[in-house]
Amino acid sequence: MLRFIVRRLVQMVGVVFVLSLLLFLWLRMLPGGTVSAILGDRATPESRAKLEKALGLDQPIWVQYWAYLKRALTGNFGASTGVLPGRDAFDIFLARFPATIELSFFAILIAVILGIPMGYLAARRRASFFDNASVVVSLIGVAVPVFFLAFLLKYIFAVRLGWLPVSGRQSNIDATRVTGFFVLDGILTREWDAAWDAFKHLILPAFTLATIPFAVIFRITRASVLEVLDEDFVRTAESKGLTNRIIRGRHVLRNALLPVVTTIGLQVGGLLAGAILTESVFSFGGIGEALALAFEHRDYSVLQVLIMASAATFVIVNLLVDITYAVIDPRVRTR
Amino acid sequence: MSESPKHGWRPGAAKKERIDALAASGVTVSDAGTVDEKPGVSLIASAWKRLRRDRIFLLGLAITIIFVLVAIFAPLIAPHDPTKPIPELIAKVRRQTNPIPGPEPGFPLGADDRGRDLLSRLIVGSRQTLIVCVFATIFSLLGGLILGTLAGAVGGWVDSLVMRVVDILLSIPSLLLAFSVAAMAARPSQWTVIIAISIAYLPVFARLLRGSMLAQRHSDHVLAARALGVKRGAIVFRHMLPNSVGPVIVQATLVLATAVIDAAALSFLGLGNPDDRQPEWGQMLGKAQEYLADYPHMAFYPAACIIVVAFGFTLMGESLREALDPKSRR
Repeated sequence: MLRFIVRRLVQMVGVVFVLSLLLFLWLRMLPGGTVSAILGDRATPESRAKLEKALGLDQPIWVQYWAYLKRALTGNFGASTGVLPGRDAFDIFLARFPATIELSFFAILIAVILGIPMGYLAARRRASFFDNASVVVSLIGVAVPVFFLAFLLKYIFAVRLGWLPVSGRQSNIDATRVTGFFVLDGILTREWDAAWDAFKHLILPAFTLATIPFAVIFRITRASVLEVLDEDFVRTAESKGLTNRIIRGRHVLRNALLPVVTTIGLQVGGLLAGAILTESVFSFGGIGEALALAFEHRDYSVLQVLIMASAATFVIVNLLVDITYAVIDPRVRTR
Repeated sequence: MSESPKHGWRPGAAKKERIDALAASGVTVSDAGTVDEKPGVSLIASAWKRLRRDRIFLLGLAITIIFVLVAIFAPLIAPHDPTKPIPELIAKVRRQTNPIPGPEPGFPLGADDRGRDLLSRLIVGSRQTLIVCVFATIFSLLGGLILGTLAGAVGGWVDSLVMRVVDILLSIPSLLLAFSVAAMAARPSQWTVIIAISIAYLPVFARLLRGSMLAQRHSDHVLAARALGVKRGAIVFRHMLPNSVGPVIVQATLVLATAVIDAAALSFLGLGNPDDRQPEWGQMLGKAQEYLADYPHMAFYPAACIIVVAFGFTLMGESLREALDPKSRR
């Protein structure tokens, strides 16, 4: 088991390393290069040369990459040019990361709570009305552009009905900050109104973000349960006269949930892309919104930090999933 | 969780497994025995036999055919010029209170913010959407074909090198990859959108084709061809590639659907085509958000078009996958 984890950790370092190389090349392939990205198109040749020297762009490329890597490791990606001009790009990431984690957590929670039971039920009642209807709903869920769904929910529940707040993470109330997760903060400090307010702000974005993971988790659960129901060991269990409860709990669900675990992990990584769209519709103030703004303003220092962080999160989540998988399914470890 | 023989390290394992499962699903000739129930029935023929009775597939096919026909004949169907403001509609507008012309006789959906007929823009917009999703899929397919064939057919260090880059790209969420590529463009246009989306899905096709090649490398028909002294190129192109067609078609159909949605997302983030003379659904939807509170219909119509088309492609892709999967043939 330990060897498995160590092997994975080594692989992860490799992935992040290659990613940094890709990102470095990406930055060099930008229109006009790094200098134009920072100074804009109307820079004078003197100021360009000065900045080129300051950034070490006159050095050989491997020296540049080494310098880049050193700066990246210490979190120094330079100042933001478009999102929050002048602020350190890494600070922007740190300040906004908790919002996205909070949002993703609730989204995945919704997707799992709805997706697994529905997928299981649909498989148990194969070809019933419930099965067909939920399959169609999940297929439509994938076809709806995330940001349109965000618009729609915002329009219906916030603008028209006024049940939920339109945007932001919390109303303008005096709340104590502890962890940066606003709901958790409210609970920890016993400021219940603050927690409740933050929670209300989370509902619409979380449901929006949950649609695609829900659809995927639902379909994987359904397919997986169907497959397991057909296995010989389930038939054996039935013919042994075991009760339905034991068959379902021990034989079917346990085996069927294995692929679902991997899927959930993969969806967590994919949430980041969805968060870009969801957060910018709801002005949620997480890294998704910052990414959208950075793309819009071509703010490359912020983009670098956020893309690197997103990819690293994705890889780390996958590592955790693989470890979980190895814990619940001993067969994986031996391979 | 089967590890591919060449690679010990696998970021983003599940996405790859899905691709690998798909790659294995379409291989008709396997060493485990024949998969087809009747001799002499090709994979495509037996799949079509099943699909003909599949109502979900037929619905998807119908949506797709209608969409393609509308896109081809758009200038003939559109009642008005989508690029020019309609004077009659603009005349009805009171500048301060109501800047968007509503529905009028002859203009069932009203106009957009510049007074151009919304229905005509939707109809003509189907062309851009079709162009973007078809070209994005073709480009990613071609790129994946080259890389995947190279890796799967040549093997060795070429395989390791290509697949490592592909695996890294797979470890970034596709949409984020598309955004990043699109952000590189100095002058965004329809083609930068197409290139961004095709790069985002290229690694999927590459891994799919390589997996399919590997699955066949030691199969009997390839062995037989090699024993007969058939050249390597001919084995790859005549014997191995045609057997990979099934899963590639499935994946291509699904990429068509995501390309439509991703193109809309790119437009929404301002990374799409900034030129609004040629209507495009994603761009219309992105533009409509400014008027959402007062004129939700402007967002609703292009969104409905995107959803229906993406839904049609998804239905086709999913039922194709089921039809081609030997496991579900019962």
